[in-house]
Amino acid sequence: MQNLRDYLYIAASILFIYGLKMLSKATTARKGNLVSSVGMLIAIVATLLLADQNPNTEIQWMWIVTGAVIGSVIGAAAARLVKMTSMPEMVGLFNGFGGLASLLVGWAEYHKIATQGEGSLFTLVAIGATVLIGGVTFSGSMIAYAKLAGKMDGKPILFKGQQLVNGALLLIAVAAAVMFCMNPASTYGVFIGMVVVSMILGVLVTIPIGGADMPVVIALLNSYSGLAACAAGFVIMNNVLIVAGSLVGASGLILTSIMCRAMNRSLANVMFAGVGATVATGKTFQGEAKTVSAQDAYLMLEAASSVVFVPGYGMAVAQAQHVVKELGDLLEDNGCEVSYCVHPVAGRMPGHMNVLLAEADVPYEQLVEPQDVNPTIPNVDVAVVIGANDVVNPAAREEGTALYGMPIIDVDNAKVCIVLKRSLKAGFAGVDNPLFFAPNTRMLLGDAKASITHVVGEFKE
Amino acid sequence: MILKRFLLIACVLGVTAGAVLAQADDAACCPVETVTACAEKGSSAALMGLLFFVFVLAIFLGVELIAKVPSQLHTPLMSGSNAISGISIVGALLALAVKDTSEPAMIVLGTLAVGLAMINVVGGYLVTDRMLGMFQQKKGK
Repeated sequence: MQNLRDYLYIAASILFIYGLKMLSKATTARKGNLVSSVGMLIAIVATLLLADQNPNTEIQWMWIVTGAVIGSVIGAAAARLVKMTSMPEMVGLFNGFGGLASLLVGWAEYHKIATQGEGSLFTLVAIGATVLIGGVTFSGSMIAYAKLAGKMDGKPILFKGQQLVNGALLLIAVAAAVMFCMNPASTYGVFIGMVVVSMILGVLVTIPIGGADMPVVIALLNSYSGLAACAAGFVIMNNVLIVAGSLVGASGLILTSIMCRAMNRSLANVMFAGVGATVATGKTFQGEAKTVSAQDAYLMLEAASSVVFVPGYGMAVAQAQHVVKELGDLLEDNGCEVSYCVHPVAGRMPGHMNVLLAEADVPYEQLVEPQDVNPTIPNVDVAVVIGANDVVNPAAREEGTALYGMPIIDVDNAKVCIVLKRSLKAGFAGVDNPLFFAPNTRMLLGDAKASITHVVGEFKE
Repeated sequence: MILKRFLLIACVLGVTAGAVLAQADDAACCPVETVTACAEKGSSAALMGLLFFVFVLAIFLGVELIAKVPSQLHTPLMSGSNAISGISIVGALLALAVKDTSEPAMIVLGTLAVGLAMINVVGGYLVTDRMLGMFQQKKGK
């Protein structure tokens, strides 16, 4: 039976690997997801099969079914009901649950060791790692969730000596781990203390990051949730946990580095700098912004023969993706060339804008990358910026600003640029946007959805 | 580049730590315990080494697999891999495979873990499928 289980675990691991490979190609992605879910099913069945055959154990079916049914119902309901605009929150929440589940697996194993007094040093160290990573993942994800769902202020929270406090907490956690590794039977309190300290640490490392840096945090927490599962795999010496966990850990790390590159910042800078709070050197740009009405915007768009839409977080907040697509269709019927340019860090999670545009049925062929649009943007008649700010801020090209070096979409080089925005406030990075005061920029102030609906109405008349 | 270097360092550290720990375990058991116990410990040290080996390879494999993912798929990839991290369900199930039902703590911990992991697994796969369905829809058009 042991052998059979191992073969099944190998099969599951292969399916995870194939699934992930297929998931990273547009044409095979959906099948890839299915393949990896079959792998999960095999892993679960194999586990129950062996545990059932083992004479030393007895499966608590009632509790397994209870937990599984409740979890499945919650998961299925959440997956079905969540709005596409709320995807970042849900991914954040799920990451947290994954981390907590791994932490509990480590805890259960510690409980066994503490009460029965058997356990190798290796296992105990692995338990320490699981609790630390799992705890940070859980509480960090909860903070990320609260920020994304608007349940707490999304701004970075910084205080003096934050790094020192974090370092001290990490040291305490490690010291606690050493203590319970030395003497697992009589240090239950220390163990609980470590769980608590890990969670506090998770909160403290997440609160200084906010707003436009959220895609990095979400990707990083995704990576942590995988590493937590991997550490739990070392606790129970289970290879399928290690393989699956490290695959997730690696994919999360890659997404993290893609996000960092898209902002031209290092991971350390995102984690510790707290951009919004430290901008002092930013130049101020003055001038008069020219506002337009929806009618004027309609006239400009009606006369345009090429239009680029640049969506940002504001489009998600206003839930404007469907009307944007409607406007795009009307423009196409009008003989205009329409494309949508998505910046990798637009929105609050990796790929956020792509999901919204896909929900609105925007064809893949109309999506373009910034580096492909920028060289030809002087030929674009109208660039429509919908609730994006930092990713189109020309200040990123000027030395000395907080955004300096970040690759942007050069909408200011288009013949006309219409910016839809609630107000003339600076973006998350706190840098004034000279785009708003450029001679070829027209501001269409107000809720993005309402404004575009208005323009669409003009078109239909 | 930095990522790769970071990975390499992490792997080296991991393997070294594993080897040291395995050694420490052997040293701790050998003088006092029986020969068979010692042999068992020896095999478990080999197992640990193997697990680290698997870990290192899987990380590198993951990096290679995902390295060239189009930005359109970032979110599905994240939620799909999130579902995979629900693999801790296996650990949760094993936590509930206990003989002694007089341990309420184990039951509570295990049931909670099963529930949370299942949210991850079921929710993660379903929402990824829903999202990718939207991507595909327009392909047919």
